[in-house]
Amino acid sequence: MMAAPSLDQVRRLLDVAPDAITVSRGMFVLMLEPVDLLDAVRLLKSELQFDLFLDVTAVDWLERSPRFDVVYHFYSTAHFARARLKVLVPAPDPVVDSLTTLYGSAHFMERECHEMHGIGFRGNDDLRPLLLYEGFKGHPLRKDYPKQYEQPLVPYRER
Amino acid sequence: MGSSTIPIRAVTDRSPAFEYFSTKKDELVGWARKFSLFPYPFVTACCAMEFMAVSSSPYDTDRFGAALPRFSPRQSDLLMVVGTLTHKQAPILLKVYEQMCEPKWVMAFGACATSGGFYQNYAAVAGIDKIIPVDVYVPGCPPRPETVIDAIMQLQDRIARSHHPILTDRF
Amino acid sequence: MQAITLPNPVRPNFRADTGGDVIVNIGPSHPATHGTIQVIAALDGEKVRRVDVHCGYLHRGFEKECESHTWTNLIPYVDRLNYCSGLINDFAYCEAVEALMEIEITPRCRYLRTLLSEYSRIADHLTCIAASLMELGAMTAFLYLVMIRDYIYEHLAALTGARVTYTYGRVGGLAQDVPDGWLLRLDEILDQYEDFTGRIHGLMDRNRIFIDRTRNVGVISPEDAVSWGFTGPILRSTGVPRDLRKDTPYLAYAELEFEVPVGINGDNYDRYYVRMREMDESVHMIRQLMDMLPDGPISVDDRRCVLPPKHLVYSEIESLINHFKLIMEGPQVPAGEVYTAHEAPNGELGFYLVSTGGGMPYRMHVRSPSFVHMGGLHRLLEGYQLADIIPTFGSVNMIGGECDR
Repeated sequence: MMAAPSLDQVRRLLDVAPDAITVSRGMFVLMLEPVDLLDAVRLLKSELQFDLFLDVTAVDWLERSPRFDVVYHFYSTAHFARARLKVLVPAPDPVVDSLTTLYGSAHFMERECHEMHGIGFRGNDDLRPLLLYEGFKGHPLRKDYPKQYEQPLVPYRER
Repeated sequence: MGSSTIPIRAVTDRSPAFEYFSTKKDELVGWARKFSLFPYPFVTACCAMEFMAVSSSPYDTDRFGAALPRFSPRQSDLLMVVGTLTHKQAPILLKVYEQMCEPKWVMAFGACATSGGFYQNYAAVAGIDKIIPVDVYVPGCPPRPETVIDAIMQLQDRIARSHHPILTDRF
Repeated sequence: MQAITLPNPVRPNFRADTGGDVIVNIGPSHPATHGTIQVIAALDGEKVRRVDVHCGYLHRGFEKECESHTWTNLIPYVDRLNYCSGLINDFAYCEAVEALMEIEITPRCRYLRTLLSEYSRIADHLTCIAASLMELGAMTAFLYLVMIRDYIYEHLAALTGARVTYTYGRVGGLAQDVPDGWLLRLDEILDQYEDFTGRIHGLMDRNRIFIDRTRNVGVISPEDAVSWGFTGPILRSTGVPRDLRKDTPYLAYAELEFEVPVGINGDNYDRYYVRMREMDESVHMIRQLMDMLPDGPISVDDRRCVLPPKHLVYSEIESLINHFKLIMEGPQVPAGEVYTAHEAPNGELGFYLVSTGGGMPYRMHVRSPSFVHMGGLHRLLEGYQLADIIPTFGSVNMIGGECDR
């Protein structure tokens, strides 16, 4: 087991503002610009051995601008460290770079994030609906989608 | 009292002999059908755990004749919808139901199949009876195996009591 | 990476070039795919050329439900994620909320949660192995394993009130303490477990048919496994000894002695054997925990989240109001975000919670291992025969509630 990277090491490696990288509850939290995402992840993977891509999800802050927080979680199987990356994207056309060139697990997770929140992933050419079905209009996990608005595929029968 | 004509019924239509044989035939066919149910376990969610438990020891459904699952709808007569039905899965349930031949019965196994359970949102269908007709509803989340056995027995009573036309549409 | 899109017979608006292969649709109402996965395979004879995995047939809108229920009301929903091991989901979620509220649970609760997590792990692995062996035709093994699992269910029903979905964890502790005689019965069940699994080992381990069907089938290399996000027994079967209980210990795992079984080949046989050995390790851990269990309260004495005792609720107005507000508005969790991961029987189960203060979450996301494994399933299926799809799928232990949420 290698020693876990320190906060300074991470700051020196990623050439971003010092207050963009903090530690919260034992995890590194990095706030990045959408343009820096792919390079930062590439560095994290190659230099700091964050080789397990855990998750990508989004949080919809309806009244805030930029509206969406795209949140990535990584784990390093070499030194058991965790990292969270947050990228803020604005509402009308939320697009980030896809991580499918670096991690295979990104395929399904980006598909789910896309259909639930409407975040576009540049470079992932398979963004078909995964948990939802063809013909479903809207993005359910956005705050302006009413929870009980059903879109049935089979017409309900007369009882 | 005015004069009223009493229609004379034909011998072959609704005569006491016909009624007697028809009732006995229904009892025989009902008995045979109720003890040889071939379930199609349309399993989706957590109720599958209780379905597995009720099909194996110690809560065996084989004692009720309902043990042999037939994984083709063409060969089964009891559709057990075990677990939540979502809108994405609904066309498949309808297709499976339509592929089954008469006589067929449907058991809504669990709270989600009965009424949607506590998933009242865009994704879950609030009860399978919005899509297909249901004969027995089994409450519980998931139901205890004894509840399922009780439901099978109630379904068997219903099958025993019902009318089973086998040769014509009246006999 | 080229997207794999095959025509989907169920959804007629897909179009793809099949190139002369036969397309077979397996599922989504199929006994062996646990009822909720559709695998569309392009076959060259019997050999699987390409596979397209469709999940989502059990998407029940869990994450949307989370935004309109209180933190405590969500525990039944969380249970139904990996329904084979409901307690682990409860405890992982409660730990995430406790991290946000900065509560430290009592020692007895910590040990009990560890014990029950391992007990749930045994139930999950029993279900997985029973189902996958039955799909290969070994009915006897299924009946033996489900018998033991039934003892476990009845035993947990004596503790929590329910057999499958327990709703036993609470923010700050547990719902109730273990009843008298529960630990004695636990000891009996563990002995019976050893007897039954001894029989399974005798039936399966050196069974020619079983070895032929599972050895070198569904092989994945360690690098591929990490790249495609596999964790848990699947990753361990490839030889990578990663286990959150050892690497980043949580609950009481740091104080327990246990080994992490790893496989050699990354095939179906290794996954079966890793799970069998993990169950043995869990039994070993439970026996240690039964001796170490301290006395004391099971819920922390924190009125922000734990209900006051009933006799106070009925006599004091403050406790009554406290109880009322906890039930109606939920525990008030300070604003912040947290990601907590536990080692679930399938892999890393993570809860990402975002709170803006208040009694309801703002956003909850579950990092479910089964979902990520479905993303990598095609690597396990391509290049093998059609008949190998079923055992491989069974060995991956996809649980629909967790995969589709």
